[in-house]
Amino acid sequence: MAGEIWAIGEIADGQPTRLARELATLAAGLAAESGRTARAVLVGPDASTAAESLAANGPDVLAVDADPGDRPVAAVIAEQVAALARDRQPSFLFVGASNDGRDVAGMLQALLDWGALVNAAGVRWQDEAPQAEMSVFGGRLVTLSHLAADHGIVIVRPSSVTAEEAARPGKVAAIAPAAVDPLPAVRIVERIAEASAAVSIEEAPVIVAGGRGVGGPEGFAVVQELAEVLGGVVGATRAVVDAGWIGYAHQIGQTGKTVKPALYVAAGISGAIQHKVGMQTSGTIIAINRDPDAPIGEFADLMVIGDLFEILPRVSAGVRARRGG
Amino acid sequence: MRIVVLLKAVPVVGNEKLVDGWRVDRSAGLEANGNDEYVLEAGLKLVEQHGGELVTLTMGPTPAMEAIRKALAMGAARAVHVQDPVLAGSDTLATGLVLAAALRKMEYDLVLAGADTSDGQGGIVGAAVATRLGLPYLSYAAHIEPDPSAETIRVRRISAAGYDVIEAPMPAFVAGTQLLGEPRYPSLRGIMQARSKEIATWTLADVGVEASSVGSSAALTEVDSATPPPPRAGATIVREAPEIAAERIVEFLASRRLV
Repeated sequence: MAGEIWAIGEIADGQPTRLARELATLAAGLAAESGRTARAVLVGPDASTAAESLAANGPDVLAVDADPGDRPVAAVIAEQVAALARDRQPSFLFVGASNDGRDVAGMLQALLDWGALVNAAGVRWQDEAPQAEMSVFGGRLVTLSHLAADHGIVIVRPSSVTAEEAARPGKVAAIAPAAVDPLPAVRIVERIAEASAAVSIEEAPVIVAGGRGVGGPEGFAVVQELAEVLGGVVGATRAVVDAGWIGYAHQIGQTGKTVKPALYVAAGISGAIQHKVGMQTSGTIIAINRDPDAPIGEFADLMVIGDLFEILPRVSAGVRARRGG
Repeated sequence: MRIVVLLKAVPVVGNEKLVDGWRVDRSAGLEANGNDEYVLEAGLKLVEQHGGELVTLTMGPTPAMEAIRKALAMGAARAVHVQDPVLAGSDTLATGLVLAAALRKMEYDLVLAGADTSDGQGGIVGAAVATRLGLPYLSYAAHIEPDPSAETIRVRRISAAGYDVIEAPMPAFVAGTQLLGEPRYPSLRGIMQARSKEIATWTLADVGVEASSVGSSAALTEVDSATPPPPRAGATIVREAPEIAAERIVEFLASRRLV
């Protein structure tokens, strides 16, 4: 029988992450199409509880109740998944393109000597294997690639699929952690929470982003207001992050985050290639800029020439009025 | 401290010259990968503070030399360039194998790499190299602080909630981000000095990896097709006064069911 398709999920606050649900949905869909079996794997102290919830997305879930203690969780996930993969011989491992997910994928690649398709923005089943879609070279090309072996790792970007509940939930099997040679010790000394960092910009359906045109840190108030009204989050260009107007967690583009919201509002952003690569696949792009020649006009759907401080508050008010009326 | 910085030469984003439809021409116009320059800067500062030597390690074709020379001009003591025609088309698996093999022939307390590269965008090779070498892996670093007497390294790792302070014994592998700080510009003196610095060229045989494990023939990923993305329809331009412009935006949002 052809090998299984596994979704390697992450847990946050005792629940599977949204990305974990997307991977589980993806694995279930590909399995249904290929006649293979989908399975999700969760590793962590709350794995069994989180697994009950993740099973709603379709696949059977293997819950490995491993307590990472003060170790970063990626290494623990990689050790356990590698042991399970050696034992059960799945064909394909789907891992999320989060920070921890990429660490897990790199460690798994070395532990298993498997090939990896990275940065997939979509996955379909083609010729008995997963085929990944990827945006490359600053978005100039979309490539479709496959694994040249009957097994491998596929790293999937957030929001590449929509998480869906299955008609019939999967079953949960809790298993004891395998005895493994642990990866070299790294210890978490302290966990620091920063309000400005807690922005899940990659998962936001709406992003209102500001560039140099917002003029300074206080200029982000009108950006923030519209983001809140639209149920979104604030994004930023590298220039304003470098200038210290807003935190790195908000940065979109090269050396920052890549996002694909349904709506992207670019306020005072010229649209240089370094920013464009991080947001050009957004659903709808609205640009507000004083410069009619700003490159963002080349890939926006609506280009509004004007002063963002005059326009954004009126848009916020207009959206509120529409909701209220 | 002995530091090795993994330095990749990449095509300038948006300016890639493509051949055969999707292969990027790496025969000219390569620059140092952005995240690699941040860790290079962090590494140079560590050497300035704690003494020691910083060496860059690059796997790539001849035109990678420009990025290597720049790193030497910024202050790297010397460079190792793994260069072999058979390496062209290597996937992440082969890249990890080759870099790990080269590092086995080098001496270091710390290996630094960028969190990802702008061309491949995978962000997994660092973790693979560290795992192959049995090194502690400290990723997404916003700050790096060694304790040379205790032979440990402390890193602020970006987390979903803020950051974690993580620590490991050296030798260790740190993958870093933009938050490490702006890279310096090479000084004229640095550029002059770089001319006499050693760039060791190693072949695949020198690092001891079989030719059959690398290059496009060994790659475990294959591109099926490459096409330009569907073009956007072109922007509707609005030039009205702010009141009208705002109304037009709200109407546009409504027409697309976004409000």
